Parts: sequence; C-alpha cells; structure tokens
Amino acid sequence: MNVEITPIKTPAELALASAFEGAKKRLPGGASVARLREQALASFVAGGLPHRRIEEWKYTDLRALMREAVPLAEPPDKAALTRAKKSDPLPGVAARALTLVNGAFAPELSDLGKAEAGLTILPLSRALAEGHELAARIGRILPPQYDAPHALNTAFVADGIVIGLAAGAKLARPIHVRHLFTDAAPAATYARTLLVVGAGAIATVIESFEGPDGVAYQANAAAELSIGDKAWLEYVRVQAEGEAAIHLATILAELGARAKLHTCSLTTGAAVSRQSMYLRCAGEGSETRLSGATLLRKKQHADVTLFVDHMTQGCTSREIFKSALDHESRGVFQGKIVVRPGAQKTDAKMMSAALLLGEAAEADNKPELEIYADDVVCGHGATAGALDENLLFYLRARGIPLKEAQALLIRSFIGEAMEAVPHEALREALLARASAWLAQREQTP
Amino acid sequence: MNVIRKIEQESASTTMNMLEIKNLHVAIEDGKEILGGLDLTVKAGEVHAIMGPNGSGKSTLSYVLAGKADYEVTEGSVLFEGEDLLALEPDERAVKGLFLAFQYPYEIPGVATMTFLRTALNALRKRRGEEELSTPEFLRLVREKAKDLGIDQDILKRAVNVGFSGGEKKRNEILQMALLQPKLCVLDETDSGLDIDALKIVADGVNKLRSKERAIVVITHYQRLLNHIVPDIVHVMARGKIVRSGGPELAHELEARGYAAYEADAA
Repeated sequence: MNVEITPIKTPAELALASAFEGAKKRLPGGASVARLREQALASFVAGGLPHRRIEEWKYTDLRALMREAVPLAEPPDKAALTRAKKSDPLPGVAARALTLVNGAFAPELSDLGKAEAGLTILPLSRALAEGHELAARIGRILPPQYDAPHALNTAFVADGIVIGLAAGAKLARPIHVRHLFTDAAPAATYARTLLVVGAGAIATVIESFEGPDGVAYQANAAAELSIGDKAWLEYVRVQAEGEAAIHLATILAELGARAKLHTCSLTTGAAVSRQSMYLRCAGEGSETRLSGATLLRKKQHADVTLFVDHMTQGCTSREIFKSALDHESRGVFQGKIVVRPGAQKTDAKMMSAALLLGEAAEADNKPELEIYADDVVCGHGATAGALDENLLFYLRARGIPLKEAQALLIRSFIGEAMEAVPHEALREALLARASAWLAQREQTP
Repeated sequence: MNVIRKIEQESASTTMNMLEIKNLHVAIEDGKEILGGLDLTVKAGEVHAIMGPNGSGKSTLSYVLAGKADYEVTEGSVLFEGEDLLALEPDERAVKGLFLAFQYPYEIPGVATMTFLRTALNALRKRRGEEELSTPEFLRLVREKAKDLGIDQDILKRAVNVGFSGGEKKRNEILQMALLQPKLCVLDETDSGLDIDALKIVADGVNKLRSKERAIVVITHYQRLLNHIVPDIVHVMARGKIVRSGGPELAHELEARGYAAYEADAA
C-alpha cells in the first residue's frame, strides 16, 4: 500500500509562494525568463524547503532554520545608498568595485570606468530587460537535482552583475562584486552573478557579502561561472553577512578543456549560511582547486557543500576546507566527488579539517566518493580536533598569552586554505580579515 | 640593549633567593609520584647542574617549573624571587623571567620561526611595560644573536622546528633564550643529540648569558656538557629528589662511579 504523504507547508513556504505571485510582473526579463521563473517556483512549491531527512541537507535543516520568509527587498533609496558607503572589505586589492545594495545594482557605487579590451559589464536587470545575448546564458548551468535556494533564486532574481570576458582577454585588475544589505528592517534579496569567461581568458573575480548585525535579513545569491577552454578564473568569496542574517548561496561552474578554476571562500558571517558549489568538469584536462576557511563563533551555523562532477577524462580537482569553530557554533562540510564512466585519469583529492575551539562546538564532515572509472586517483580526508596542548604550552612558555598563542596556531591552521590565492594583495587582505576575526576573539574574555 | 639593562637593574635590587624549591612532590595523572620531596635553592649569578639517570625525574622538574599541565603538585612549594611560582600560568612565569630550553622542542607547522620569535619577544616586552621592537630593530637583534649561534638565516624563515635537525632545534632554543633574556634559564638535556661542534656553540651561547643577575640550571645525563658550561654547584638526582650536592668535582666523580650508588642511597 502506498501512502501519499503531503507535508504541511510551513509559513515560510507559503509566504514565498504568495510573494512570487505578487512580484512576478515586476521581475525583469522576457517571456523565456518568465517561464524559467515559473518553472523554478513550481519546483519549489513541489519540493519545499529541505529538511534533515533530505540527505544533502542532513546537517542543515533549512525548514527549521528558516521559519519565516521576510518581504522582498525594495530598491535602495538615497538613504540606503548613503549607508552603503562603507569601507572596503578588502583594502589594498585595487579591484574594480561593482556594488549591489539590497540586491539592486547601484551605479553610483560602482566603478564603470574604462573597461579592458574584451570586457563587458552590465547589471543583470538591464541584461534581462534588453534581452542581451549574455543574459540568455542564465540557467544554462544547473544543479544536478532540485536545490531549493537555487530554485528560489531563479524565481525571484531581480538583479545582479553580468560579466563577459572575450576569448583571450585578460583582466588588468580584479573585479569585486560587493553585495551590501543596508536596511534596518529584514528583507530578502535575490542576486545573481553571471560570468562568462571566454576561451583562454584570465580573470580574478571577488564577491563579498556584508550587512548590519542584528537584522534578520535573508540573502540569496547565485553565481554561474562559465569557464571556456584554457581559460583561467580565480574566484574569491567573502561571506561577512550580519550576525542575524541567513545567507544561501549556489555557485555553479562549468569548465572547458584545460580550463582552470581556483576558488577561495572566507566565511565569517551570518547566523545560518549554506554555500553549495556545483562543479562540472566538462572538458578534458581541466584543473580545479576549491578552498575555504570558515570562522564561526557563538551559535553560528555554516554549511559548505560541494559537488564535483568529473564528467570526462584527465581532470584534476583539489579541495581544501578548514574551519575554526568557537563557542557553540556548528560547521558543516559535505563534499561529493563523482567520477563518471570514462572519466579516466581523474585525479581528485579532498581534505576538510575542523578545529573545535569551543567545548560545545560541532563539526560535521561528510566526504563522499562515487567512482565509475577504474584508472583514477581519488582520496579524501577529514579531521576534527582541538588545538594541540603541547604547542600551546610551548608558545606560552615563551611568554605569549593564551589567546594570542591560540591565535597563532589558528591562523596557521586556516592560513593553508588561503595561501594558494595567487593575487598577493588579495591573499593578504583575506589573511587580514582572518586576523581581525582572531583579534576580536582575543579581546573577548 | 635597553632590554638587557633594564632587567639587570631590576634583579640587582633583589637579594633573596631566585628559586627556592621546598619538599616538592609531583604526581602524574595515574597518581604515580615522580618527584618525592625535592629541595633546591638557586641564587642569582649561580650555575647549577642537576645530573641523574633516566627516570630520576629531571625532565618532570623542568616541566613543573615551566607550568606544563600534565603534572600535579601534591605537596611542597616553589618560590621564584619570593613569589609562588606554581600559582602562575606558563606565560606569566615567562614574563617573570623563567625560561625552559626544551629537551624536545615542539614543531609548529605554519608558523614561521621569525613570527614566533617576534611574537614572543614583543609579548614579553609589552607585558613588562616596555615598548615593542620595530621590525628593523627586531631583525637586527635576531640576526646578531643567530650569527653568534651559527644559525642559518634561512632557518628563521621556515616553520618553527619543522624539518630542523636535532642540533638546529637545540640552537633555536638557545636563540630564544638569548633574545628573551630570562633571569632563570633551565636547560633540559640541551646536550642530547648534539655533536661536539654543536655542543661547543651551544655552550658558548649559554656562557655568554652568564651574569651576576642571572641563574642557570643545567639538567643533564652526562658530564660532557659541564666541561663547557662549568657549574658552581652540582646536584645528583635520583628517584625524584636531590640526593647529593657538591662542587664541580662531583660531576667527575659521577662520571667515574656511575649513578648506581646514588640510586641505592635514594631507595
């Protein structure tokens, strides 16, 4: 006997569905985009918010963690833009800043000065409204299965940044997409970055996320990274949302033959965050290195979930993720590597390590390998533990106070996830942010 | 140079014993007693050698002085310049002027030796109410001290003790000692794992630190090191206490007689 179970919709699920009905006419894009949105919303209505009995969300019960949906963010007014003139989260990098305030492109806070040859930049809202050829790429790279945050992003996305880099072009300086939330009242933002790196092109793109502490806003961000043959993308993410925020991110990337993708994510913000990365190694001989450092305190919950799909032969992937978990925080790492039939000579290695600083901190590590080819080198390792008491003693025996000794060891532990960022000023700025987090830790008793 | 002078002035004004250990009993976690009523008094300007066979409790003594957590003091007292040393955290002990040169220095991957040295020196200076050293001042000081000890500059860029040879690790300990200018230096088997050339360099480094204001306690199994660092007082340790004390000649006597007789005394 089959029993159909229709789960009761949560207030958040109901509110999201009704918000779409109210907003869909205002959302940018032609008929095909509208259809994408309708389909995405329909999949959300059917699938709902994921809960702990869904394997991919076992440790991050989004249905329980996101009890309510907040209203959609309004385009920023003058006051919101004024508040957005905050200091650069990555000083010294000298990047081209493109700013989104409350999910909407803010030209007055963006550097649209002379673009390098082959570089196209435009706000997603305009690209969708005008039917720009790059906007037609939206939704080309998809998660392998239903992914609630991604579906919601597709349904609601109002704005974002489209970056196109022509074949062989090279960015003279990094592009920094800044996502700022500036309101005092909670609201939901849906932004998407669409990045098309042509064959042989070279780019460094940064995305950062910031907002006020104490406001329970919900930021949903998606990025579609299309990396052409022999292209090279360095992609850095700084998630420094306000401490009451929910941050849901979906990063979708597809690599062409002999393409290179290196990513580094530094996560320090939000009450609850999830970063899902779906990687398609579609062309032969591509090389990826995904890295990240997560620094959490109090009751923060951060989830990094990777899905690396080795679709063809000769691709290399490396993942190294570190987390330092203070107080009662919880760090989740799930990494799945799939090696498809025929993806011979795959070389995949994944490492995740958690440092438990707080006695009530929790690390959940779930590495998975699914291998359907026989001539491959695959491996994974996961560790969780406390700081080495002997090393702390050695440092303290030299007069270094406990918290400073801990900071030295924590910095060296997480530094490994950032040291491979090739852009020196960017690497230093990331390490400086980690150091600032540690300095704050030193000052609290 | 300012650092050195200031510390010297401070300690010159005190006339009490630098280190006073009375009836020290120490047990490890399973309750086993390692030190059983140890007495030791060290005055400023003195160099003491503590000799004893393996398992006599020499290293335990050095760890207890430095404040390692794995030991429980069940009885007795340790005063450092009249202050209860055992009540202090390991880093506070270092601030007061205690330094332990480790028998087995730990490796700290990911922390450059230079960063470690600088963090330690500036932490001490700050907590002693002195100004932190600027980068050029610090570099000059480290290079000078490293050169004295025959330490390769490249080593200072590497992670602390990672990939160092046994001799390099020991020299690194003495370098830290030379930089931090402690009042009381405890050297735990600094001679182990050193060839004769390295031993001379290390001994020279230690001898340079000898002064009226500073005390040095050399813990060793062999008499060899004491040919180079000549002690004022030699103690024989067996079964967790000091069983005999005497002048430098005691070290030679030990070398000739061995430890067996003393172990019998202690039993």
